[in-house]
Parts: sequence; C-alpha cells; structure tokens
Amino acid sequence: MDIQLTINDISLKVPEGMSILDAAKTVNIDIPTLCYLKLNEMHYNNNIASCRVCVVEVEGRRNLASSCSTPVASGMIVKTDSLRAIQARRAMVELLLSDHPKSCLTCAKNQDCDLQSLASELGVRHISYEGEESTFEIDKSSFSIVRDPNKCIRCRRCETMCNEVQTVGVYSAVGRGFNTVVKTAFDLPLHETSCTFCGQCIAVCPTGALTELDQVDKVWKALNDPNQFVVVQTAPAVRVALGEEFGLEPGTIVTGKMVGALRRLGFDRVFDTDFAADLTIMEEATELVHRIQHGGRLPLLTSCCPAWVKFFEHQFPDLLDIPSTCKSPHEMLGVLIKSYYAKSLGIDPKTITVVSVMPCVAKKYEAARPELAQGAETADVDIVITTRELARMIREASIHFDHLKDKEFDHPLGESTGAAIIFGATGGVLEAALRTAYEVLTGETLEKVEFEALRGMDGIKEAVIPIAGRDYRIAVIHGLGNARTVLEKIRAGEINYDVIEIMACPGGCIGGGGQPYHHGNMDILAARAAAIYREDRAKPLRKSHENLAIISLYKDYLGEPYGKKAHQLLHTSYTPRKKI
Amino acid sequence: MCDTASPNKFVQKLDDYIDSLTYKKENLIGVLHYAQEIYGYLPDNVQWHIAQKLDIPSATVYGVVTFYSFFTMIPRGEHVVNVCTGTACFVRGAEKLKGELENQLKIKAGETTTDNLFTLETLRCVGACGLAPVMIVDGKVHGRMNEAQHINEVLAKYRPEI
Repeated sequence: MDIQLTINDISLKVPEGMSILDAAKTVNIDIPTLCYLKLNEMHYNNNIASCRVCVVEVEGRRNLASSCSTPVASGMIVKTDSLRAIQARRAMVELLLSDHPKSCLTCAKNQDCDLQSLASELGVRHISYEGEESTFEIDKSSFSIVRDPNKCIRCRRCETMCNEVQTVGVYSAVGRGFNTVVKTAFDLPLHETSCTFCGQCIAVCPTGALTELDQVDKVWKALNDPNQFVVVQTAPAVRVALGEEFGLEPGTIVTGKMVGALRRLGFDRVFDTDFAADLTIMEEATELVHRIQHGGRLPLLTSCCPAWVKFFEHQFPDLLDIPSTCKSPHEMLGVLIKSYYAKSLGIDPKTITVVSVMPCVAKKYEAARPELAQGAETADVDIVITTRELARMIREASIHFDHLKDKEFDHPLGESTGAAIIFGATGGVLEAALRTAYEVLTGETLEKVEFEALRGMDGIKEAVIPIAGRDYRIAVIHGLGNARTVLEKIRAGEINYDVIEIMACPGGCIGGGGQPYHHGNMDILAARAAAIYREDRAKPLRKSHENLAIISLYKDYLGEPYGKKAHQLLHTSYTPRKKI
Repeated sequence: MCDTASPNKFVQKLDDYIDSLTYKKENLIGVLHYAQEIYGYLPDNVQWHIAQKLDIPSATVYGVVTFYSFFTMIPRGEHVVNVCTGTACFVRGAEKLKGELENQLKIKAGETTTDNLFTLETLRCVGACGLAPVMIVDGKVHGRMNEAQHINEVLAKYRPEI
C-alpha cells in the first residue's frame, strides 16, 4: 500500500515502511547522514540513529525525527530544511566534534572522512561545546588494523559489518553513557581476538577510528637501501581501483600506468600476482583431481583469501582438512621470487625484499604468519601495502599519475592470462579453474570460456557443471556470513559440493578492505567488476595452463603440479584457533 | 585470559541452568544474573564460557556486562552489604548510613574489604520504605539503621566468631 506524504512542500507517494530518508531521495531531496549506511548488495543496513544528524521536522511532532529510522506515515508533513532542523544537525556535529581529536591534518583519513566532510557541508566554523574528551588507548597490536577509539563516533557501522554481515562478532558497544565506545571482548588487543582482518570495518568506518597499519615508510626504507633488491607484485583487483585515488572514473583500468608508477618509485622488478594466480589454478585443480581420484574429503575450499582462512581456523577448527593447502597467490609468488627467480639471477634471497600491493589488509597479517616463510629469516613476502597506501606513495613522490606512460610487467613472473585477472572478482577463481579443468580432463578446447552463472553479486551462487562425464557441483560464496551458512550445512552433512570458492569481502577482492573507500556507493564495486572482466577479454591467453611462463616454471624448476617441490614451496597448513 | 579453563567449581551448575532454558541466546541477561549469583562476579573466563555455550560473540556478552551497573567484573566479598538510596531512605538518612558503613568497614561504596568479607554497594528502593533507612545484607533487609551501634551489631553477625 502506498503512503501519501509531503516533504518540503512536495507531495509524494511511497510504499509503506519506507524511511523518511529514502522517501526524500525519491524526489531528489538529500538529507545529510553520518551513522546511517545501507548497502543493499551486502544486506547491510546500519540505521541505529545514534548520530542524530539526519533529523527532520515532522508537523505535529514535538521533537525532531531521525529520518533514517522513522517510517513514513499517511499525511505526514516533513520539513528537511527548516531552520530548526539545520541548527539541530549542526549542533549534533558540533557535539560529536567536541569529543573528537582535532588532528585532521595528520589523520590517516584526512579528506576521506565522512565526519570531516559533513562538518564542512554543514558550515561548522566553530565548536560551541567544550568539555571532557575521551582518552582511550590506541590498539596497534595487529599486523593489519589500527583502532583509535578516540576517533570513534559510536555509529556502530563496524559492529553491524562484523557481527551481521561477516558474523565474526569482534566488536560491541562497551560501557554506557559518555564512556560508551566500540571495543573488543574484554578489551583484548585485536590480535588476540577472532578477528579475520578482512578490513570491512575499515571500509565502512566514517572516521579515522579504524585504519590499516601503514607500511609505507617500510617500503621507502627498502627502496632506499642499496643492499636490497626490491621486488613488487600487484594483485588483480588493484589495477581496476587505483585510478579512483587519482580522480579517474571507477572501473578505469590502469594496469600500464600502475606499472609505470612502480618503476618510477624505484622497484627493481615489477611482477604480477596474476602469474601466481595462474599457478594457483594449476596447483588447486590438480589437488581437486587428486582428492577425487584418491577418495579425499570433499568439498575442496579455495584458500586464496587470508581472512577466510583465519575465519575457518577460528570458527570451523574441526574442518581444517577440507580447505585447499595452496598458499595464496602472492605468497606463492613471494616464495618463487626468493627461490626460483633468485637462483636465476644468482642473488642471495636474504637480500631480496618482496613487497605486495594488495586490495586487502588481511594480507598484511598473512605475510607475518610464521609458516609462510623459508626459515626464520626469509619470509615469503616481506611487506604488504594496500591499494590506498600505494596511491599515497605515488602522491608522496609527486608523480603525475594520469601523465604516466603505460609500461609492461617484467618477465617471467609478470606473465599472466585472463584467467588470473578474474581472481579479483567473486567467482573468478572457480571460473579460471573450470577453464583449465575442462581442457585438461576432456582434452578438448573450451570454446566459450565465460561461466556467467558464477558471476555477479549474489552471496551464494551454485552450479552443476558436467565435465568428461562427471557432474561437478560447485558453489561461489562471498561474505563470511554466507560462508558460515554453507559451512554449517556441510558440517551437518546436509549439502555436498565438490568445490567451493570463498572470499571474505563482499564482491571479492575488488571490494577488499584495502581498496579506495567506496563511501557506500555500490556502483563503484560493479564498475570494478566490469573492468576485471573487460581486462580478461582483452588478454590474448585466457586459460591458466596456456601461460608459457608457468609451463617453463614447471619444466625447469617445480616438476609436476602438486608434486614434491610444489608441495614444499607452494602449499601450507592450518592451525585450529579459539573462538573469542 | 581465555587460555585458562573456566572455573570448574560451578561450571556444571551454570551449564545445567543454561541447558534447562528453552530460549538460550535470548536469555543472556538471565544467564548472567544466574552466573553472578553463583560466582559472585563475572570474570572474563565465565563470560567467555557463557558466550560459547549460547553461541554468541564474547564481545556481545562483554557489552551487556559493562552496560548494566548490576553486573560486576570485580570479585565481591563473602557478604554483600547494600544501602538503599531510594527516596524514602534518602530522606531518612541513607547518606549518613552509607557514611557510617564506609567508616566501620573502612572502604568506599563499590569496594570490598581487604579480608574479602564485605562488599559495600548502593541500590535504589527495595520496597521497605516503612523501615527507612534500610541496609540489605545478602538479601536480608535490616531496617531503621540510624544508630552506629545498631549497624555494628548487624555487621558483627556476619563476622566469623573469634
């Protein structure tokens, strides 16, 4: 049933149950918001009305109504731009600022902060309120995420993301009144909780309360160390998002400029994580065939995503035998740079620094995992920076990004196929695996390489793909909450699959916690995904097993896929962890 | 904290209580009440145990415990002395009673004596306004507590005999 109401003298009809905020949007009336965030594609809705910024005047109502949480009613007369509403909004922001550090200039979120832009939009020129300011300890315990509760505005977006979408449940509002703040259980440092470091809390945090652990200085130091041979690699999802940091349209592919920028920054070699994505396909597909032939446990779960890996270690420690033992692609490339490539150059792996540029903050934690190293001194990957941090370095070096000439990745660990680039979007790993599995198992050429059923933003996608007389039951999942739903059914023996791809972040790596901030605009994720598939189509080779550099890697160095040497270098093991 | 096992002493009792509930997650506050009754307070590992048993995040449990002033994470004494500071008691000298108790026990409200015998707290109205001012020791109401001597006599009943 439609409801008839008036907003700013405009008469409109909207469906029952709609909020005033959404109703206003239908007639192009914007109401400022701060804590409110709705991401339909992720089934994420934070409308707890804690910030009171979206208040509007409703005729006949004594107090102002928060438009994000107040449903429309028949005959309602709403004023969004009355003096009272505007003054109340400004007062709310001033109150928030009165208990907020005024260190905007040096804040990691400077110019990317919702509170800052709101204060500017509302014309806050001074803060009328003075009083006590919170003093909480900053948590830098983890390798991935920095928590500064002093900058927390109690909007609880992170809590909604962590508890409801990801079902990890690390955060809760703790205490009451002025002392309320979003914290972990028992004030534990993040490193000691079940946090997966997916970084989605960072992606939705409106202020600088949650940011990545900045490693930019470490990279500069390595680049300026004459004794270090510094090699960089970039993940597939970085090249379709980095341009946004320099004002380019979302979905602009900047692969060539990105490589050019990395060369200008002084990296000795610029390699592509896509090479290792092709390698992952070779290893994982062989592992699947091996499990099927030897009666191993199914389903095989992909293991490219470090947040997902940490999630199952905490939440499903009884199922540790089902994920693939493959290291994630950047770890594979790291170990190959320090073994295969170091050998070919004749240099000591200890003098090589491997830097990964990732759309992800969990990769920072992953790189520090002790088992992902060859001995105590040689980690597979030394430093991980996010897409955002790379952009920061490019700006720090005063490089004119849009004037850069397109450059190519270095040979041989920069060679890749279209199957590798699609790792960046949800469904990509399995689509890439199917392209190879089909040809290997049937001996025929796969004419149509696109598997449309595996693409798109549905949280759980299923398909049955017949190959060489066997039906492969596959599922593609993104978002950890969706993963939990399926894993619980697997644990209970209710459903069976042969292989499942799981990515922690909604949309896959293109929506990673280290990507340029989307500020709630989901069209940006769609544009990035489209760019990923465009880049795939433009590649001359689109199947991992056709990658010539991969073929010679196996021939010259590794031997058989899933063989002894491959096991030693490219595979890993998992640790059961406690649920906090 | 979570590496230490839950205190076994009462864990069976707590588990039995949780098992007896039809709605478990929904009854978090009730479970916390019960746990505080048997443990005297809610240490981290008890909260963690409840979180596992109810299949909810520990952070959620911690959030609830820190929200309600009734719940405490600090061990309490063997006997809990409460002073009513509700309106009737307030008018009839609750502040004086509280001061006298602080004086005799040598602690402030919210604290526990060094011998762990008494914890002093305040609460609001137990419905015994006719007896104001009242103090409540381990749930038993003692009324018309105006005299220092009288207060001392009540406390003495809870002290071990020498």
